[in-house]
Amino acid sequence: MVGLTARLGVFAGAALLFLAGCGSDGEPPAAGPTARPAGATMAIEDAWVKAAPDGMSAAFGELRNNGSQDVTVVSATSPSSPEMELHETVENPTGEMIMQPRRGGFVVPAGGTLTLEPGGNHLMLMDLTDPISAGDEVAFTITFSDRSTFAFTAPAKDYSGANETYEDGDMPMGGMGGGSGGATPEPTGAPAENTR
Amino acid sequence: MAADQGAGPGRRRAGPSRRLLVGGGVAAGGAFTAIGADQMLGPGEDAPVVAPVVAPLHGGRTEPFHGARQAGIATTPQAHATFLALDLHDGVDRDAIRRMLRILTDDADRLTRGEPALADSEPELGLVPARLTVTFGFGPGLVARAAGDAAVPPWLRALPAFAVDRLEPAWTGGDLLLHIGADDPVTVAHTTRMLLKDCRGFAALRWRQSGFRRSHGSEPTGTTMRNLFGQIDGSANPTPGTAEFDRLVWCGDDDGWLAGGSTLVVRRIAMDLDKWDRLDRSGREQAVGRSLSNGAPLTGSREHDEPDFTATTAIGFPVIPEFSHVRRARSDNPAERIFRRAYNYDDGPTGGQVSNSGLLFASYQADVTGQFVPIQRRLAELDLLNEWITPVGSAVFALPPGCARGGFVGETLLA
Repeated sequence: MVGLTARLGVFAGAALLFLAGCGSDGEPPAAGPTARPAGATMAIEDAWVKAAPDGMSAAFGELRNNGSQDVTVVSATSPSSPEMELHETVENPTGEMIMQPRRGGFVVPAGGTLTLEPGGNHLMLMDLTDPISAGDEVAFTITFSDRSTFAFTAPAKDYSGANETYEDGDMPMGGMGGGSGGATPEPTGAPAENTR
Repeated sequence: MAADQGAGPGRRRAGPSRRLLVGGGVAAGGAFTAIGADQMLGPGEDAPVVAPVVAPLHGGRTEPFHGARQAGIATTPQAHATFLALDLHDGVDRDAIRRMLRILTDDADRLTRGEPALADSEPELGLVPARLTVTFGFGPGLVARAAGDAAVPPWLRALPAFAVDRLEPAWTGGDLLLHIGADDPVTVAHTTRMLLKDCRGFAALRWRQSGFRRSHGSEPTGTTMRNLFGQIDGSANPTPGTAEFDRLVWCGDDDGWLAGGSTLVVRRIAMDLDKWDRLDRSGREQAVGRSLSNGAPLTGSREHDEPDFTATTAIGFPVIPEFSHVRRARSDNPAERIFRRAYNYDDGPTGGQVSNSGLLFASYQADVTGQFVPIQRRLAELDLLNEWITPVGSAVFALPPGCARGGFVGETLLA
């Protein structure tokens, strides 16, 4: 379901021989944990993206760092949106939970996981190029602080939550292409998008 | 039949709860006896010291989702079932149907393993599979959208009209069937909602029918169900796993994309319990041709004795009346048999009735025209039970074969 292929960024190309374990095509074993780029130690489970007709959307899943060093996700890209941001959910001084870009990126601890979920950390698609319909497979690439990358795909699901992505509450009704849970206006008190 | 809970691949989030279930199940032996004795003696000083025991849990039991055949047909019937029929939205084409079925397959795969679906808003409700199965069926509308009118098998349409039918559109037809079965009604409700949410972009609910049998553990597994007339219902069923069952239920290689699948007729049979109340016990047994106590044919003593239709009473009448249900349902043609997997329903009465009850009659067969229709035709012509039962809903579905991990149900039609 979810593509687990780790890919190397341009900068990390020289480390190709040390990339064992990320593919099944007979590469030699890793020379040592310290030599592995972050993208080569990464896996993702249960990835999905919220279907949306246009505007913003978000992707979720559980990133696992199988390496022995903490790694930092610094950016994400997708052919489905020219601009993406790493978002976190924080409490502002008035006690309201708000979404905002995560300064410094997401740290995935060595041997640990980072959960991307509605109401928490997530990958934000800022402006969809085309509608994302339920069942579509959307491609993503995340880049780490060592400039290595990790690519995966996530199926789109209709989901009524994660409404912070729709500040204006102005969603089209049902329908095939759009059907992201109908025109549920953003409930009062739901996390609001903090636009920097 | 049911695989052990612990056999599934572990997921971190679901882990603790799953282990808890398995642990509870292990501490099973002698629990009922000990609890019973303790309760009878009361909490006084004379009560024997009984180690705390935990009743065996069955919520963690799973039925395999993947396989050559869909689960939920030959599966030992669970206590609860919900049948959902949906109509595709306008504009949903082959590609959209494929996307929908991939999502629904993934939901079913996860939930039947006791894991939350992706984007599950109530993930804790997904941790108790209780032998959950999700079975997919396709009506003529879906097949035509997916592969063109020519791909619709000639039998995949409304059944011929029977004189006894009083069909209501609210219980009839549908493009997509989802049959959800589990031994736990909360699991059924959660799975129903999860699947319907994931259908929203593709299809709208046409009808929904829920039914039940005795709870898991109330009777030995394999006990033939009783309907709400009190009758043992389904004694003549072929036994899953036998060559006879395979021949009667599964579609063969010449059925194209349905090879390894089956067909389903869902009939909603209203049962007039108030009228049934006016019939005495011998009259009830004559109407069916079986005893109420154990389901034995009136010519036999045990449930699975073969009925003897030639036996006569002292004054020369057949012991099993010609008009009885068992006589009328029986064909001389051994191919004219079905596999029935029915559920009781008991909905809210209206208009001063005491009950609004009946049977969700689910009939599985390799060939609707050759197996189901002739039986139903005979019953419609003559069956004393028709005095008390009325078909009010009817739908026919093609049940595609199962799929392997990574595939999806319906791929033989849509690949």
